Amino acid sequence: MRVTQQAARKQDVSIVLCGQAGQGVQTVEHLLTRILKAAGYHVFATKEYMSRVRGGANSTTIRVCSKRVAAPISRMDILVPLNKGTVAHVAERLSPETVLVGEREVVADEAAESHRLLVVPFTQIASDIGGKIYSNVVAVGAIAGLLGLDPEAVVAYVRRFFAKKSEDIVANNVKAVQAGYDAVGKLDLPDGLKLTFKPSAKVADEMLLSGAEAVGLGAIAGGCNFVSSYPMSPSTNVLTFLAQHGLEQGVLVEQAEDEIAAINMAIGAAYAGARALVTTSGGGFALMTEGVSLAGMLECPVVIHLAQRPGPATGLPTRTEQADLELALYAGHGEFPRILFAPGTLEQAFYLTQRAFNLADKYQIPAFVLTDEYLIDSYYNCKGFDLSKAKVDRHIVKTAPDYRRYKLTKNGISPRGIPGYGEGLVAVDSDEHDEEGHITEDLNVRVAMVDKRLAKGESLKKDIVRPELIGPKNYKKLVICWGSTYHVVREALAELGRTDTAMLHYSQVYPLHSSTAGLIRKARRTVVVEGNATGQFRKLIRLYAGADVDEALVTYDGLGFTVEDVVEGLTEIFS
Amino acid sequence: MATDVFEMGDIDIAWCPGCGNHPILKTLKEALAELQIDPRQLVMVSGIGQAAKIPHYLKCHFFNGLHGRALPPATAIKAVNPKLTVIAESGDGDMYGEGGNHFIHCIRRNPDITNIVHDNMVYGLTKGQASPTSRRGFKTPVQVAGVILEPFNPLAVAIALDASFVARASSGDREQTKEIFKKAIRHKGYALVDIFQPCVTFNKLNTYQWFKDHVYYLDDSHDPADRMAAFAKATETDRLPLGVFYVNPKNSFEENTQMYRDDPRPLCERDVDAAKLAALIDTFRRAG
Repeated sequence: MRVTQQAARKQDVSIVLCGQAGQGVQTVEHLLTRILKAAGYHVFATKEYMSRVRGGANSTTIRVCSKRVAAPISRMDILVPLNKGTVAHVAERLSPETVLVGEREVVADEAAESHRLLVVPFTQIASDIGGKIYSNVVAVGAIAGLLGLDPEAVVAYVRRFFAKKSEDIVANNVKAVQAGYDAVGKLDLPDGLKLTFKPSAKVADEMLLSGAEAVGLGAIAGGCNFVSSYPMSPSTNVLTFLAQHGLEQGVLVEQAEDEIAAINMAIGAAYAGARALVTTSGGGFALMTEGVSLAGMLECPVVIHLAQRPGPATGLPTRTEQADLELALYAGHGEFPRILFAPGTLEQAFYLTQRAFNLADKYQIPAFVLTDEYLIDSYYNCKGFDLSKAKVDRHIVKTAPDYRRYKLTKNGISPRGIPGYGEGLVAVDSDEHDEEGHITEDLNVRVAMVDKRLAKGESLKKDIVRPELIGPKNYKKLVICWGSTYHVVREALAELGRTDTAMLHYSQVYPLHSSTAGLIRKARRTVVVEGNATGQFRKLIRLYAGADVDEALVTYDGLGFTVEDVVEGLTEIFS
Repeated sequence: MATDVFEMGDIDIAWCPGCGNHPILKTLKEALAELQIDPRQLVMVSGIGQAAKIPHYLKCHFFNGLHGRALPPATAIKAVNPKLTVIAESGDGDMYGEGGNHFIHCIRRNPDITNIVHDNMVYGLTKGQASPTSRRGFKTPVQVAGVILEPFNPLAVAIALDASFVARASSGDREQTKEIFKKAIRHKGYALVDIFQPCVTFNKLNTYQWFKDHVYYLDDSHDPADRMAAFAKATETDRLPLGVFYVNPKNSFEENTQMYRDDPRPLCERDVDAAKLAALIDTFRRAG
């Protein structure tokens, strides 16, 4: 092994767990990531899984690092297959340096012949303790041993995790994790796996959460108190999170009979004065598009969390893609303004979801939070959220007897009343309407109302989030990305170490910030990195900023980019 | 309360002269006035169609939404502010056709709203095609050989789903209809009033005379608490019963959500509980 690789490993170890659905990958992942974070290590985890409840092959990649880390990599330092036959599932990612840990008949898989094996009989050890059920915890202990974690801290965590179970179960789990830890201690371990850097107490105190949880917390912080949705992967995790905390946080969460009902309920709730959210994906959102148009016409605020997955139609239900940008941009018949946020980090997922509620209310429009399976299902430690930067701005007025819901104003924003608050009547209509909200076919009124709605689209331009420029200010090459690819592009550029190249990340993809054309024209070479086949954001930039981006690095295999993919792709483009 | 409070004055009404919608509008205003409902506490929710224009013709708050989609927003409006009286009103095509799925699940959900459905067995606004309640054999420019589908039976469906309140009225009889409306609006929970209404322009089969010849009122011998009897009455086709078929008191959707268990304030009057949110955020620091 080369010294440089070894040095790199000391700073950054990747552990891949793979197994059949329902066979414990999640338990091992859950325990291990929490143990690592609680011990003070930076940790990141992302998974890929099949659309099935049992069988198949799923994998989770966990990175432990001396620095903050939040991007997926292909490299596997440690591979822990939990079921026979599952090594083949990740065979393309094996390298001569990969260490395989597990049962003899599982690790000695054909695909792993040339790789280093550490045989740990998880099941045998577990059976000796009290049952096969403990084998996942034995595996946790074995990995903790490989990494050289403090055994007392590991045991303490396991004890805490199972605290609500019976004494027997707690004792057996403690025995299991200890036995796994001890089992690897007896083996001749390869160099470079043990974590040699110091953990940090500050990291131990950070949050560890997923993209779905960040979106959910952002919604609550945004004043969301009504959620109506229909379950659909990968958006369901946001629905589940809000449902679990709904009663305690004052959020009414209702599973609608279909997505059409979901968005129409949300719009009704907003009309009555609630802050409403729908969370959906792919075909579910396609069903909502008439409702999006209704929100545009009624000028009713609604926040739409759209967690993208590969289409068309049912596509790949549990995989990731960034291919619904154009769908979200153009969803709904007719012309009306909207806002599209696309968070790239957990912080952005929180603050932009929060902001979406404020801006939807301010401009009385649909506001989108565009995520994807990758962002929703991945998690890592982050410093936390500052609630003083997440104030709820309400834009509701008490109505007077002569109140007119669609009063014509210069900026297009009519003061918004709600029924039962004030002396006026609040009338809204999906037909073209007059200032009072009554049906009209007066075509002069029609023109005035179109102008009014579109004027809001101009007014909201002062609230556009500026794209984040990372790297040298006097760049010659510019790598543009949006949404969930923030960290993967950032880490790839750090690895490439080019002093002439900067990254430009958009967390608001529509409307585009006015700096866009200037930032792009400043570069000699530009490339968009995005997770769809046709370069949708590149097209959007051309259309709305009038700037051409030279190249596009795209992916649409359902797995999204790894750091290696981006390094390789950009190297080729810039060579 | 006088019906004046609901009057819109001299407005242009888009319904044909002689349309059954006119007496329904007048009767509804009378029922609301007799119930002392303040227009500022009343929200009418409708979809699309001739009947769905009704909110424009009486003074109240209204949400005239999409075709077939009156029930989801009506449910949400009541859930967000239970102080409001919410009436979802549209035609048979809107409620039973385009909105059929919402009709089914709204009954299961049981929000405290009144659902008035103008049932003229034909599509008016799109000029004379079959509706879900059109009788078999009814000829239209689209159903050229006559309707070949079984008519939808909204009352039987509602009773099968154990709806909270199920009634049928006829626009021709304003006095009885007013009493049925009042009972439905007063009822706590989802209340369906299917109301027969002739379409003088597009339905030459189910005319004022046809309805007169084909309906009768349920008498005192019918027990609205008896679900099986109500179902039997709902499936009669020779002569069609009118009146309150079934009443089944139960908790409303708003009550079942538990959102008002400890706090009577409407959702629209509540703010984020910063302490509770901070506590939730904090749980992510303590790995659990």
